[in-house]
Amino acid sequence: MSQPIRSKPALRRFHQARWDEPVIFELSQPGQRGILIPEEAGIENEVGDVVASLPAYLQRKAPARLPEMSQLHVLRHYDRLSQENLGVDLNIDVGQGTCTMKYSPKVNDQLVRSSKLADLHPLQDETTVQGILKVMYRLEQFLKEISGMDRFTLQAGSGSVAIYTNVSMIRAYHARRGEAGNRDEVITTIFSHPSNAACAKTAGYKIITLYPDEDGYPDLEALKAAVSERTAALLITNPEDTGIFNPKIEEFVRIVHLAGGLCSYDQANANGILGVTRAREAGFDLCHFNLHKTFSTPHGCGGPGAGASGVTNELAPFLPVPTVEYDGVRYYLDYNRPQSIGKIRPFYGVVPNLLRAYAWIMSLGADGLREVAEIAVLNNNYLMKKVLEIRGVSAPYAQGKHRIEQVRYSWEKLTEETGVHSEEIGYRAADFGTHYWTSHHPYIVPEPMTLEPTESYSKADLDEYAAILAHIADEAYTQPETIHTAPHNSTVHRIEHETFDDPQAWAVTWRAYLRKAAQK
Amino acid sequence: MKQKKPFIHPYIPNSAPSMKEEMLKVVGTSSIEDIYADIPENLRLRRSLNLPEPLLSEYELVRHIEGLLSKNKTTREYLSFLGAGCYQHHVPAVCDEINSRSEFLTAYAGEPYEDHGRFQALFEYESMMGELLNMEVVNVPTYDGYQAAATALRMAARITSRQQILTAGTIHPDRFSKILDYSRPDLIVEQLPYHRSSGLLDLDGLSQRISDRTAAVFIENPSYLGCIETQADQIASIAHAHGALCVVSVDPITLGVINPPVEYGADIVCGEIQSLGVHMYYGGGNGGFIATRDEEKFVMEFPSRLFGVASTVVEGEYGFGDVAYERTSFALREEGKEWVGTAAALWGITAGVYLALMGPQGMREIGAGILQRTRYAMKKIAQIPGVKVMFDQSHHFREFLVNFDDTGKKVSNVNKALLEHGIFGGKDVSQDFPDLGQSALYCVTEVHTQADIDGFVSVLKEVLQ
Repeated sequence: MSQPIRSKPALRRFHQARWDEPVIFELSQPGQRGILIPEEAGIENEVGDVVASLPAYLQRKAPARLPEMSQLHVLRHYDRLSQENLGVDLNIDVGQGTCTMKYSPKVNDQLVRSSKLADLHPLQDETTVQGILKVMYRLEQFLKEISGMDRFTLQAGSGSVAIYTNVSMIRAYHARRGEAGNRDEVITTIFSHPSNAACAKTAGYKIITLYPDEDGYPDLEALKAAVSERTAALLITNPEDTGIFNPKIEEFVRIVHLAGGLCSYDQANANGILGVTRAREAGFDLCHFNLHKTFSTPHGCGGPGAGASGVTNELAPFLPVPTVEYDGVRYYLDYNRPQSIGKIRPFYGVVPNLLRAYAWIMSLGADGLREVAEIAVLNNNYLMKKVLEIRGVSAPYAQGKHRIEQVRYSWEKLTEETGVHSEEIGYRAADFGTHYWTSHHPYIVPEPMTLEPTESYSKADLDEYAAILAHIADEAYTQPETIHTAPHNSTVHRIEHETFDDPQAWAVTWRAYLRKAAQK
Repeated sequence: MKQKKPFIHPYIPNSAPSMKEEMLKVVGTSSIEDIYADIPENLRLRRSLNLPEPLLSEYELVRHIEGLLSKNKTTREYLSFLGAGCYQHHVPAVCDEINSRSEFLTAYAGEPYEDHGRFQALFEYESMMGELLNMEVVNVPTYDGYQAAATALRMAARITSRQQILTAGTIHPDRFSKILDYSRPDLIVEQLPYHRSSGLLDLDGLSQRISDRTAAVFIENPSYLGCIETQADQIASIAHAHGALCVVSVDPITLGVINPPVEYGADIVCGEIQSLGVHMYYGGGNGGFIATRDEEKFVMEFPSRLFGVASTVVEGEYGFGDVAYERTSFALREEGKEWVGTAAALWGITAGVYLALMGPQGMREIGAGILQRTRYAMKKIAQIPGVKVMFDQSHHFREFLVNFDDTGKKVSNVNKALLEHGIFGGKDVSQDFPDLGQSALYCVTEVHTQADIDGFVSVLKEVLQ
C-alpha cells in the first residue's frame, strides 16, 4: 500500500517528447501516396497530353524528390514534431518579453475555420462579402477609439510591416511637401524594437539611435541634440522594452514637430496601457498595433501575425489601397486614393487574424480591455517582486519604480559569480517545460532577460515560473555543470552551433546537407 | 455601462478581486493606479473607451460573428473562376489538422531546445521546396509573394551593386506597386514591352534596355495573364550576358510538370505559397519564398530566417538553428539586411505538409491536370460567338484572358449577369490593361470539373445573347 500518494515536488518533473524523429525524406517509401488528385477523363481525352506540348526545356523530366508517404505517416510525423514544441497553450509563456504571449481564445480559431471565411476569394463581387467587410470596417473603428487616431489600415502582415508602412507614408508626406531630399534622418531609441531602425534604413533613411539616460529613460537632451531640419521622423516605443514608460513623451513629440519631423508610435507594448493612455493625446502622427500581440491572435510559430497602422487625417491620404469604407448602406473597397503609397501586400490583410482580433475585442469591451491592461501590469509587478528575490538577478534603471507590462532584467551578477550566461538559463529552462528568451540585441543590459506576463497567467503560473528561475539560479551557484550541459530533459541535446556560421558546413535544405556530408 | 458583478473574465484568471488584493499586497501598493504613476495626468484617458457592449458569453459571441459571416457567399456556394494572385485549390484535411495543433498554432519564437518541432518542420519545408525548385537555399517564409519578389530584387541589387530592375509589362499591377514602394529610393524599376499577339516579353525591347547598370531582369512564370514564358531561357541568357541576375517568380504548384527556373538560368527564384494547402481567407492566407544556390554571396543577402541542420552532442540526433544569423536585423538592427519580423511560419509548415502528402506523383498529376483543364476551358470558351481567348497560341497554366469586345458587352456587365447565375466571372482587367479591351482573367484549377466548365460555357452563352 502506498496510500496516501505523496505530494508533488516543488518543481514539476517534466520531460519533453523525444520522438527521435528522422528528417521526413528518411521516411519515404517508394510508391506511397498521401492524397489523390481529382481526375477528369473527359477533359484528358479531349485535350491530350498538354505537358508534352510544352517546349522540351520547360518540361520537368526528373520528378521532384519529395517524400512518398501514406497519409497516416505524414500525419504521424507532424504530430510528433508538434509534440516537440510548446506554445502558449502548454507552457507558462512569459519568457518572450516584448512579444505579449497571451491566450488566443479557441472560439476565435473555430470561427476563422468557417467556410464562410476560409473559402472567400478576395475579388468576389462586394455584394457577396458584406459580412467580412463589415468586420474589417468595425475593427478599424475600434482601433481608432483605442488609439485616438483618425484612420487605420489593417493590411500589414506584422508589426514590422506596419512600421515599414508608416515609414513609407512618412516618406510620401515629406515628398509631397517637397522635402524628400532634405529630410533623410530617422531617430529612434535603443529600447525600441529593432525593426524601427531596420525598416527606416531599408526605406533609405540614416538612423540616429538615442541611448537612455542614467535612469533608463529616453534621453531628452540627446533628442534635442539629434533633431534638425534633416529629421524626417521619430519612431519610438512607449513603454520601451524595459517596461519603463517615458513620462516626457509629449515633450519628445513636441521637439520633433518643431523641427518639422513626424512622430510614429510603435505600440507593440500597448498591452499594459489599453484604455489608460493613447497615441493621440501624446501628439503622435502615426502609430501601429500588433494584432498578434495586444489583440490575441496566435503567433503561429512566427506568423502570420497582423499589424494595424493608424494615422491622423493629415497622413490619411497616403494610406495603402484599398481602404474599407461604408456609405451607410453597403461596405466597399476604395482604390481611388491618388496620394496612396500603393500596395504593401496582396489584397487586404491577414484577414483571419482581423476576424480573431475583432472577436477578441467584442468579447471584452471597454471594461474588459481596461481589465486586460490592469492585470497585465499587476502580473508584471508581482512577478518582478518574485524575480528580484532570486540571487544574481537585478532590474537595472528606474530604481524603486514600478514597471508597466514587462521588465528587462539582468543576470550580470550571476554571470560574474558563476560563469553561467543568460542564454544557458534558457537551455536549462527547457528542462522544466517552459520557454525563456534573452532579449533583443544589442545587450545594452548585460546578460538580459525580458519577462512579460500579460493578463493570461495566474498567480500560480507566475509563482511556478519564478520558482524555475530560482532553482536554476541556485544550480548556477551550486552545480553549474548541470546548466552548462543542459538541456537534459528536452527533445534534443546541446547543438553544435558552429555549423550554422560556416559556409562549408551550413545546410538550409536536406539536399545541401546530403551534398556537404558526402564531401566529408 | 458598469458591471454590477465583479468583472471576472474567462481570459483573465487574476481578475478575481481577492486575488488582485493578494497580489497588490506583494507588490507593496494598494492600487493598480500607482503602477501607472509615470504616465502624466494630461495623457491619461479619464473615461471609458467608446466601444460596443461586449458579448461576454461565448455563445453570444459565436452567434454575432456567425451572423456577420452568414452574409458572405463563398466559392463553395458559387462557381468561381477568380484567380489573379489568390487561388482556389483543394486544401487537404491533414494540412488543417497540423496547422490547428495548438503546439504549432500558439508557439512563437521558441528556441531549438524547447521548440525543436517548429525548427524541424520549417527545415523540412525549406528542404521540400528545395527539391521542387532544385535549389539548396530556401528561406523560412516571408509575408507573401509580393514581399518575396521585392526582397529578391533588392538582394539582386546588393549582389550586383547595380540599381536598375527590368520587368515585363504584363507584371501583376499590385505586385509592381509593392515593388515600387519597397525599392524606393535605391532601385529604378522599369517595365518592358510585351508582344500583343503572344503576351510574351519582347526580347528586342529587353536587349535595347538592358545595360551594365541592370541588376536584374524579373519575370513571372507563368505571367500575371497566365502565359508560360517560353523564352525564359533566352531572357536569362540576355541578363547574364550583361552581368545581371535573372529573378523569376513562380507558383510552386506548377513545378511538378514545369521545369524549375534554375534549370533555365534563374539566379533567384521567388513566389507565393498560398496554393500549397492554405485557404484563400479572402486574400489573407499568404506566404512568400525566396530560393538561391548555396553560395555565400547569395546567402548573406537574405533578410529572412534560414533554418539549418547540425549535429548535437548525442550521436544520430538532429539539431536545428539559425544559419548566418549575424546578417539579420534581429542581430544588427539597421546594419542587418532589410528587416525580419513575424512573417508566415505556420503557412510554411502547412506547405511542407502539403508537399509531403502530394509527393512527386501528386505534384505531377496536379500540374498536368491544371494544364489540361486550362486548355479545355480556353478551347470551349473560344467557341462562343464573339468571345476571344487572348494569347491563345501561347501556353497557359491556370489562367487566361477572355475578351468580350466583339460582344459589345463590358466585363462588369457580364460578371453581374453571371453572378445572378451563381458564378464569379474572371477578374476584370480592363482598367489595369486598357489596351487589352474588355478582358477578364479567368482561372481554373483541379477543383473545376468538366461539368463545371461546360455548365459555365452554356451560362455564358445565354448571358451574352
